[in-house]
Amino acid sequence: MIGGLFIYNHKGEVLISRVYRDDIGRNAVDAFRVNVIHARQQVRSPVTNIARTSFFHVKRSNIWLAAVTKQNVNAAMVFEFLYKMCDVMAAYFGKISEENIKNNFVLIYELLDEILDFGYPQNSETGALKTFITQQGIKSQHHTKEEQSQITSQVTGQIGWRREGIKYRRNELFLDVLESVNLLMSPQGQVLSAHVSGRVVMKSYLSGMPECKFGMNDKIVIDKQGKGGTTDDSGKSGKQSIAIDDCTFHQCVRLSKFDSERSISFIPPDGEYELMRYRTTKDIILPFRVIPLVREVGRTKLEVKVVIKSNFKPSLLAQKIEVRIPTPLNTSGVQVICMKGKAKYKASENAIVWKIKRMAGMKESQISAEIELLPTNDKKKWARPPISMNFEVPFAPSGLKVRYLKVFEPKLNYSDHDVIKWVRYIGRSGIYETRC
Amino acid sequence: MTDSKYFTTTKKGEIFELKAELNSDKKEKKKEAVKKVIASMTVGKDVSALFPDVVNCMQTDNLELKKLVYLYLMNYAKSQPDMAIMAVNTFVKDCEDPNPLIRALAVRTMGCIRVDKITEYLCEPLRKCLKDEDPYVRKTAAVCVAKLHDINAQLVEDQGFLDTLKDLISDSNPMVVANAVAALSEIAESHPNSNLLDLNPQTINKLLTALNECTEWGQIFILDCLANYMPRDDRESQSICERVTPRLSHANSAVVLSAVKVLMKFMEMLPKDLDYYGTLLKKLAPPLVTLLSAEPELQYVALRNINLIVQKRPEILKHEMKVFFVKYNDPIYVKLEKLDIMIRLASQANIAQVLAELKEYATEVDVDFVRKAVRAIGRCAIKVEQSAERCVSTLLDLIQTKVNYVVQEAIVVIKDIFRKYPNKYESVIATLCENLDSLDEPEARAAMIWIVGEYAERIDNADELLESFLEGFHDESTQVQLQLLTAIVKLFLKKPTETQELVQQVLSLATQDSDNPDLRDRGYIYWRLLSTDPVAAKEVVLAEKPLISEETDLIEPTLLEELICHIGTLASVYHKPPSAFVEGSRGVQHKRIPARAGSGESAESSDVGQSGPSEAPPAVIPSQGDLLGDLLNLDLAPPTATVPSVQPSMQMGAMDLLGGGLDSLMGDDSDTLGGDIGGSPSMGAGLGAAPAAMPASLGAAPAVGGGLGDLFDLGGGVGMPTGSYVAPKTVWLLAMKGKGLEISGTFARRGGIIQMDLTLTNKAMSVMTDFAIQFNRNSFGLAPAGPLQVLTPLSPNQTIDVSLPLSTSGPVMKMEPLNNLQVAVKNNIDVFYFSCQYPLSLLFVEDGKMDRQVFLATWKDIPNENEAHFQIKDIHLNSDVASNKLQGSNIFTIAKRTVEGQDMLYQSVKLTNGIWVLAEMRIQTGNPNYTLSIRCRAPEVCQFVYLCYELVLKN
Repeated sequence: MIGGLFIYNHKGEVLISRVYRDDIGRNAVDAFRVNVIHARQQVRSPVTNIARTSFFHVKRSNIWLAAVTKQNVNAAMVFEFLYKMCDVMAAYFGKISEENIKNNFVLIYELLDEILDFGYPQNSETGALKTFITQQGIKSQHHTKEEQSQITSQVTGQIGWRREGIKYRRNELFLDVLESVNLLMSPQGQVLSAHVSGRVVMKSYLSGMPECKFGMNDKIVIDKQGKGGTTDDSGKSGKQSIAIDDCTFHQCVRLSKFDSERSISFIPPDGEYELMRYRTTKDIILPFRVIPLVREVGRTKLEVKVVIKSNFKPSLLAQKIEVRIPTPLNTSGVQVICMKGKAKYKASENAIVWKIKRMAGMKESQISAEIELLPTNDKKKWARPPISMNFEVPFAPSGLKVRYLKVFEPKLNYSDHDVIKWVRYIGRSGIYETRC
Repeated sequence: MTDSKYFTTTKKGEIFELKAELNSDKKEKKKEAVKKVIASMTVGKDVSALFPDVVNCMQTDNLELKKLVYLYLMNYAKSQPDMAIMAVNTFVKDCEDPNPLIRALAVRTMGCIRVDKITEYLCEPLRKCLKDEDPYVRKTAAVCVAKLHDINAQLVEDQGFLDTLKDLISDSNPMVVANAVAALSEIAESHPNSNLLDLNPQTINKLLTALNECTEWGQIFILDCLANYMPRDDRESQSICERVTPRLSHANSAVVLSAVKVLMKFMEMLPKDLDYYGTLLKKLAPPLVTLLSAEPELQYVALRNINLIVQKRPEILKHEMKVFFVKYNDPIYVKLEKLDIMIRLASQANIAQVLAELKEYATEVDVDFVRKAVRAIGRCAIKVEQSAERCVSTLLDLIQTKVNYVVQEAIVVIKDIFRKYPNKYESVIATLCENLDSLDEPEARAAMIWIVGEYAERIDNADELLESFLEGFHDESTQVQLQLLTAIVKLFLKKPTETQELVQQVLSLATQDSDNPDLRDRGYIYWRLLSTDPVAAKEVVLAEKPLISEETDLIEPTLLEELICHIGTLASVYHKPPSAFVEGSRGVQHKRIPARAGSGESAESSDVGQSGPSEAPPAVIPSQGDLLGDLLNLDLAPPTATVPSVQPSMQMGAMDLLGGGLDSLMGDDSDTLGGDIGGSPSMGAGLGAAPAAMPASLGAAPAVGGGLGDLFDLGGGVGMPTGSYVAPKTVWLLAMKGKGLEISGTFARRGGIIQMDLTLTNKAMSVMTDFAIQFNRNSFGLAPAGPLQVLTPLSPNQTIDVSLPLSTSGPVMKMEPLNNLQVAVKNNIDVFYFSCQYPLSLLFVEDGKMDRQVFLATWKDIPNENEAHFQIKDIHLNSDVASNKLQGSNIFTIAKRTVEGQDMLYQSVKLTNGIWVLAEMRIQTGNPNYTLSIRCRAPEVCQFVYLCYELVLKN
């Protein structure tokens, strides 16, 4: 199991050091600093073995978090734990920075004592932790006996993510379907790979212990229902359903039920959390198409023309559009002409950045640029990195639709109809690249 | 209020000041002081001098202060054991506190104080806490048992904590169960043979129930523990798989990977024709792909594991090539791993896409990545024959870029392509030669030199090219020197007239001016060869080389199996067994995939059949018409005399000149030898003489060859092998059935010739003459290679010994048992029929030594269900002696690996009809029972091979 956990600043100074196992000594702290943080080369692996001691590290801005062990631990678990650790810290004091860590070091030690015991991760749900570990001193000494046992049963219980007795005057929930659409396209416009990775994020403000059921246009579910219903009905819904390659769920979802019936039922945590993640690869709506044209005119000049076409309903508007056209390292000057938006050559980033605030569906826009090059005697050809794109569209490129989210709370007197529900779809670009 | 100020105190006399503050009356000031102490501790300053003052702060009702003091205690208690005792009272008191959080805190902290005296006091509170009414306290106490065990294992056993811990597996609270499982698993690891975890269907059921309810971390503990369980039958393993599969949709990647581990392991037990088996295979792909959208560090862990999974079960991800395409912004460690998996998944179906990608990667920035991409193109060419041409032209394009490291890498892989497809792409040599000057890496130089030497006859100025390398001979690396030596010898043999001076120069450089023994030895070998018999030298040096195998850097099958059992863990990230990086006894147990129930049965049946084939009493064929039909139709007239084929004497002569030892050295082991000397095995073969060019029977003394082979191969076994084992003669035809003719006999293989040794006894009253022998069709086409040489009439009561050479070119028909041979012997009185059984080792040919790479690929290629397991009991030989013995019977040890006192020998056997049999023999020091696993495409021979093993080893 995890033998120790260290947090360093960018200089390699230790901010937090907590040792859980006897086989990890103080020299481990220095070994990581010398061999990884101060290493000249770029880090070639997130797992480093130094003198039979293994170091797992992740970086958040310029802070290094390292877990250390001498055993054959579950490596996936260690990384998951480090991410979780970051989430918990962020939930307590916001951004993970040197200043915040120094300001909260007592709290961090307290958290580390609670969520990692002898190197074994324990309950690390912030909802539960916040009931008894607080920034303003310790609450628990003022707890009544009932409160104490409620805390412990939540921390260890089956529903560790929600406490009992939550009350809201207005029962309300928000569902955000957030998708990032990823594309790799060849210069000829052939899709080399495309997939959507989506998340369903829920903000729930519901009283009591509500039982929820979530439904979407999952092809498997729709097809199953279609068999029972009339043929007409199934034909119609079949068109709108989507094939989900794979999905994963927050721990509140009953996985065995999903496995057997493919129904998504759960008691949600209070507040914001990620209900599910999914991935689709079929019938993806690619919101934009990029058509590049790069021509080398002699050895000192490049002509670039890029056309973007929006491919969705004309009534919808895409926002925050940004096209990044890489330029060679020996660029000396750039002249850009674009019809729409603003374009600028950013020498420090070796790219022409073209920004458009809004763009409706079924439109097209164009940029052309002349790039002057300094003559070099570097034999190696320019690698031509792909043209990448960023955008945000108000629909789900996978075609996913929320069909229902039913809420049942048998003990309290509010029904599904009384809950105010909001659904929003946002499609963003993931890695959206076209080779040129 | 911020805490960062505590980090800034760097004044002198700080300790003194802190001491004063710690002893202050004001609570706030005390707390501030303790915080300062902890801050100093974090930064690495020694604040142990403050121990008594800090411990004095422990008695407080302020929980925050208490936790800080505890933190201090955990760090320094060991250095001040006597002082630490001061804290015991508070701990014991806190364990009785009405607040469960405080009880748990006390028991948690106490376990972290590694002072013997304190652990004694810990036992009573721990015992209470293990049975506490509050689950939070129980789950903390469960982990505390593991802590205590780490400090004092005996104490934990004496106090009976292990039993209490076992009881907690049935606890009503899922988190208590999970922590108990984690603690027990850890304790069990340090007692490999104890039955601590005692997993049985009931406990498994409890674990599976808790699995649905506990935290994500608890699920990981439980799944990792489940993976160690061996289901009793395929039904149980299916039902566990069914209950584990929902975990594949968990958001936590570690839960997913641990579930994959359980499934991969238990799947092995399911019958392949089961519908569920196919369903399971399909279910595994999507979650594995999803892991690739996790954070990069997790992607890396996932990819390292997928690399193993793809090797074990390529079918799972064969359609998912695209997800492994490299993204421009992937961290380098993710890129390199993806590339590796792309090559493993490359097939004829997707090769066009893969090549297009690889070409793209070859223009990226990172040097390592580009090199790997270029190398990957070469591997594609070797793996998928249809793509070879396109690969070569892509490589040529890349060479045109003139980027130094790209060119060098391309030349190295083109050399391999030449080895795989000889005489196909030599037109590119001219382009390669243009880049000769830019090569500065030894591997690329060596590859280029090999190419020049190999194709010297097509390169007009080959001598000039090689001469240019010769100038700086002593500054070259060994790899290049060896290659240069071989290349010039090749050149000389091809163009002797112009290059005599050159070859003398290189031979003298290698033998007289070099300190490198490998180089000198190789130089002398060539020198002798060339001076004694240039014709033989040509045969040896310019022999046709064996083709290289397509799959490289595969993980050895046993290691792969072990790593599959460690999916998700560090072992699977490093691709090393835990013993390679974990100290002490922890984690050194070797995990194995459970075998299919079926193969267990076969092992049993072979035990029963042990006394069967080899020692079966000679059975006289019943006189049934149809059985005899074949035999009666045979022409029993003595066949015209044919001399058993002997190898051309010219070669024999050459070998003799070289000396008895060297010949077999070259003949048998040229490949491995070359590998050892030359570094790269595929290049080493340039040294010469592929086995194909020198049929094994040529090595007139296979025994000697075997010994030398061992020396080179294993560095062990100096002793001479005893030669192949010959069983004593048994009676095949009783006199009463043979009208007075009694025949007893045995089989032997001598110097590559199969012989049937017969003893004929005339127990009749009359003289017997006109002997002839004929065989029925049999499984391996054994047939007499000459007439039965009984020249003088056999008078009554006379006995004669005859050796009959056999060939394997007779007609083939599968017999039951496989090694059954039906024989007809004719004399002047009658025709007699009998059947006998020959040991399969008769058919083991002398060139049955497989190349290591080929072995690996073949082993993997043979389906698992063709593997049979056997036990060879009561053998008191060490592995070297055993392998020598086996080598005498042409069972060749290709490699040996020693893991934790267990020797694993990888062996190959080739039958006369070209069937390869691969075997893995495990020998545990001190254990007289060997474990033998045999794989063969024709599984029916496995059992007979096993019998040969037993026969050879026991005699």
